[in-house]
Amino acid sequence: MLPDCVDATATLLARADYVADRALATVVFLGLRMGRPLFLEGEAGVGKTELAKVLAQALDRRLVRLQCYEGLDLAAAVYEWDYSRQMMEIRMAEAAGVTSREALAADIFSARFLLRRPLLQAIDFSGPDAPVLLIDELDRADEPFEAFLLELLSDFQVSVPELGVFKAPSPPIVIITSNRTREIHDAVKRRCLYHWIDYPDAQRELEILRRKAPAAAAALARQVVAFVQALRGRELFKNPGVAETIDWCNAVVALDRMQLDPRIVDDTLGALLKYQDDVARIRGAEAERLLAQVMANAGGA
Amino acid sequence: MTALAPPSRLAANVMEFARVLRRSGLPVGPGKTLAAVEAAAWVGPQRRDDFRAALAATLLDRAEQRPLFDQAFRYFWRDPKLMERAMQRLLPRTPGPLARPDDEAPAANRLAQALAAPREHAAAPEPAGPIELDAALSFSAAEVLQAKDFETMSLDELAQAKRMLRMLHLPLPRVPARRYARHRAGRQLDVRTTLRQSIKFGGEWLIQYKRVRRTRPSVLVVLCDISGSMARYSRMLLHFVHAVAAERGRVHAFTFATRLTNITRALRHRDVDQALDEVSRVVRDWSGGTRIGACLDEFNRHWARRLLGQGAVVLVVSDGLDCGAGPQLDEAMARLRASCRRIVWLNPLLRFAGFEPKAAGIRAMLPYVDIFLPAHNITSLIELAHALAAEPAPRLHRAHYPIRKRRLHDGDDRRATHSGPTGNDVAGAQRPRNTESLHPGL
Repeated sequence: MLPDCVDATATLLARADYVADRALATVVFLGLRMGRPLFLEGEAGVGKTELAKVLAQALDRRLVRLQCYEGLDLAAAVYEWDYSRQMMEIRMAEAAGVTSREALAADIFSARFLLRRPLLQAIDFSGPDAPVLLIDELDRADEPFEAFLLELLSDFQVSVPELGVFKAPSPPIVIITSNRTREIHDAVKRRCLYHWIDYPDAQRELEILRRKAPAAAAALARQVVAFVQALRGRELFKNPGVAETIDWCNAVVALDRMQLDPRIVDDTLGALLKYQDDVARIRGAEAERLLAQVMANAGGA
Repeated sequence: MTALAPPSRLAANVMEFARVLRRSGLPVGPGKTLAAVEAAAWVGPQRRDDFRAALAATLLDRAEQRPLFDQAFRYFWRDPKLMERAMQRLLPRTPGPLARPDDEAPAANRLAQALAAPREHAAAPEPAGPIELDAALSFSAAEVLQAKDFETMSLDELAQAKRMLRMLHLPLPRVPARRYARHRAGRQLDVRTTLRQSIKFGGEWLIQYKRVRRTRPSVLVVLCDISGSMARYSRMLLHFVHAVAAERGRVHAFTFATRLTNITRALRHRDVDQALDEVSRVVRDWSGGTRIGACLDEFNRHWARRLLGQGAVVLVVSDGLDCGAGPQLDEAMARLRASCRRIVWLNPLLRFAGFEPKAAGIRAMLPYVDIFLPAHNITSLIELAHALAAEPAPRLHRAHYPIRKRRLHDGDDRRATHSGPTGNDVAGAQRPRNTESLHPGL
């Protein structure tokens, strides 16, 4: 079921249209084999989240996703009791004349009334295989949540005081991503395999476009990639990620263009750059210059 | 070693490699080493890039460690000759006064030291002796000290001032958090607790529990100028920053002169002296020139989006004397202003009564600053606490934005809204009404 070597992992990912470089494939392989969570960092839009989705799809597992945000608490991450239904149950028990407090408590705090949030879903799953658990943008959650996660990642069990302990029969495949808005505590990282996902090189990005924007002609895709790669060397406030490259390529295709020209670049720059000062810097003369450079290189090659 | 089977040659080498990394300063503990050995066994040494990725994934935990790792990997796993050369770098030589901002060289030096060091250095001994409680500092003495310029203080006075700084509180504006806490005067029903408690009474809601939204202090980012002209002040202010950082979690600190250095981690030591030692170890451009524009620009590009998302207050400590002020500084300040809640500029030059912003750097920065304060003695830092505690006026469009804290004449100010000199009464205008409750705990 799980890939048995790095090559197999790379093939597995490639089959699901995820173009991973060798280092990432190695780390994924190790994560699967050693049963350790993957801790992925990198700029926005380099495919951290996508990796989890692809892995779930390729391994035919369920994907459980926990999107972190500031103030994420146990009730939203692990479980919560369904209060309204519990209330109703109490009223109905009253009407039926149930008098035993013990029985009532046992009844309303049973699994029926438990709302399972992502972390509990990932631990208390049905079916033979553990799901893929994606803990997205952990840096947005606050530190106490990290401490809780630490406990969870070491034994994969959750205790619900009223109900007992849930323990995962087999540990889920955990992928944690962070955009580095703050440093994650070392203790969490220590339990994980760490990998920094960088922007892809031209060749890999071209391969990604071939798969993700198949409508684009090969020549256009090459130009798009060359332009984006040149743009990343421009010291922008926010460099365009792979997702932006794909968007932009699709945008140009949607406008029925077979190749880039200065006007089309100016018109569609919003798909690529998301900050006004970046757009202002690149639009016009700078874009034209970059484009000329890209075209010259393409002509020379 | 335990009585287990002897480790394979590969495992032994991986362990040795982990040791080298640890000696060169990477936090590689036994847990990581074990993981690396396991990973190495899974991947095997057949493919060099796989092997490297496996070791990197298990031994590193942040992207910045990568260059050092790569270099160590090259030395350790390929060429014994390179290793020898690394050892030779250790021959005694005088360290240059200014390390060039070269990525490769410092890492190589650290590595060379690590390879040669037979053992790790023992941890620095704890400062011995009882800490003397300073009862001698009478009230009036404290008062005098508060007003004294850091630059003119004697060593003794500096030590006392440091002690006082440690007790300063910085009341930052609080922003609502997402979580709730149980509270008697809350408006919202805390259903979970209410229901849980109602079980006691057979499901009857006898007591209602309420909750309120929690608040948390906003993020504070300190950018501290450590160029030559600021030397005395920045050291004192780092003490201050350390005190603030110890008190509450979300403080990020940077130093800049010719380049930007993140010292947040270094300041984490509880002991202020250890923390500052750590800072001076990390920072490589003490007392050099200043390139404010370039450093702010670097901050904007690499850190602003990561740190300033949550209503952050930015504290810039600088005299604004930039050797290369230009449009870059203007641009960087505009961007910085757009991404944070407030910019506070602490400028020791403001201590001079007749201070006028002549320097191009200062004039470029001023229009973007929300609060402009002196920072040359303890009183001025107390004033900072007051200014931060004051509820901020909503920020208006830049062109209409009223001058806030200025101790200068506006003759050369670019904005038209400001008319007439503000004189020396500005400090009073900004001070919050209820000074009593806001008084820092001195």
